[in-house]
Amino acid sequence: MSKDVAVLGVGMHPWGKWGQSFVGYGVKAAQDALKDAGVEWKDIQLLAGGDTIRNGYPGFVAGATFAQALGWSGAKVSSSYGACATGAQAISVARANILAGLCDVALVIGADAAPRGFFAPTGGRRPDDPDWLRFHVQGITNPTYFGLYARRRMDVYGATQEDFAAVKVKNAKHGLHNPNARYRKAVTLEDVMGSVLVADPLRLLDICATSDGAAALVLSSMDFARKHGTDPVKISAVSTVTPVYPNDIIEMPNLATDSKAGVELPEIGFKESIAHRAYEEAGLGPEDMSLAEVYDLSTALELDWYEQIGLCAAGDAEKLLRDGETSLGGRVPVNPSGGLACFGEAVPAQAIAQVCELTWQLRGQAEGRQVEGAKAGVTVNQGLFGHGSSVICTV
Amino acid sequence: MTEKTHVPAVEGLFTMDQRAPRLLGTRCRGCGTYFFPAEKTFCRNPVCDRTDLEDVPLSRAGKVWSYTSANYKPPSPFVAKEPFEPFAIAAVELEKEGLTILGQVADGVGVDALATGMPMELVLRELYQDDEHVYFTWNWQPAGSGSDA
Repeated sequence: MSKDVAVLGVGMHPWGKWGQSFVGYGVKAAQDALKDAGVEWKDIQLLAGGDTIRNGYPGFVAGATFAQALGWSGAKVSSSYGACATGAQAISVARANILAGLCDVALVIGADAAPRGFFAPTGGRRPDDPDWLRFHVQGITNPTYFGLYARRRMDVYGATQEDFAAVKVKNAKHGLHNPNARYRKAVTLEDVMGSVLVADPLRLLDICATSDGAAALVLSSMDFARKHGTDPVKISAVSTVTPVYPNDIIEMPNLATDSKAGVELPEIGFKESIAHRAYEEAGLGPEDMSLAEVYDLSTALELDWYEQIGLCAAGDAEKLLRDGETSLGGRVPVNPSGGLACFGEAVPAQAIAQVCELTWQLRGQAEGRQVEGAKAGVTVNQGLFGHGSSVICTV
Repeated sequence: MTEKTHVPAVEGLFTMDQRAPRLLGTRCRGCGTYFFPAEKTFCRNPVCDRTDLEDVPLSRAGKVWSYTSANYKPPSPFVAKEPFEPFAIAAVELEKEGLTILGQVADGVGVDALATGMPMELVLRELYQDDEHVYFTWNWQPAGSGSDA
């Protein structure tokens, strides 16, 4: 049985700080996706919402919140959460329903209105919650983990702060003409290296901002798409894997790794397993990818992803970057959208936005940032508490 | 004026032995894997179904896996000193337990003084105070460098 589902339509609300409700952003993205698909809201059989945890109860039941805002239509609903990987959870729900024959056409929406500055845990004293505990007893924020990984690249692979800055310069250039990007401004190595240190060796411009934004997809069965008379971009794989015990890499929001005493390490690490599972499902490999959208929470993390999604061997990411292979015009452009460097993070929308970008690229509609002749693309993303997220799209 | 009572910021994470503090974990009596913070209910190794976990103090010494700094004040529920002073953070590998554990680096030791593979040891440091208590947490410190060594 084919595991393909069709991406009939995509839509986004531009990323920024707009000071409005996440609901409005989501509705705008959904309306754009429906229009792009040529499908009416009343014909949607399932709405899969990605939850936001910083916008009260409506955010925890995002699917129903969006359904009400679009106008109750009787559609089936789901709401899911997987931290930064929330969007992949919602896509996975919609895809599974379509592949199981439980619905023909589904709408996926993720939207957020984010606070400024560091993400912090929600209120109350909760010593059993690792997210509360790391802030309270050690003052460990998300950039702490980004800094640890970056320093590790420097000490193990000889990466430099200039390499990290070069990732930002590349992504800023990619995003210059993306109408949905929040930051559309060229950045120089000097700009990055001259910005304030936040989590050594990372500076302010190495670390992504938090943003408002929304993204939506209309997904359908391949049969529905054919009857609709379109030859759509397809989702060929969705990976939502968890780690295999023991995970010996320190991960957000934990204070400690799993123990590797007396237990065999898995064949591949968690971060490597995320895209690996998607490649297996699609029957494709990294060599088949025309482009990748990776979760550049920091510049150095983008380099980690090159290796973890198989674009190069461990330790070779800096060379891949310096050789221009991951820039537009290179062998496999990474983050042609501009990535989080140009968007900032709108948590539940992000993994969906990655699929929007793949779709525009594979349709040849990515004006000003088009990867010529793109045939297949991979997204990768990770949500804290052990959420893998990777989607492969093909034409 | 009465002395303030010294207490851990969160119970059960470490001993309050100021000279030679230990983090408090658990070890599965079946497969031998360790947990920090302590897992008391069931072993999380998927091939082990044991529920008898023993409390164990963890090694005080380990080696730096990586390190970074906090140059901006972390948000609540962290209680930052005023004025805020940047601090270093180290991820330290404990060889026997096979665990890597995060902690602030003590006494203003900055990232320039740290290196991957450097031996570190556990110390206790004041986190914050209220009217009655002084709250402590664990820090890492370069081995043999301080008065607590």
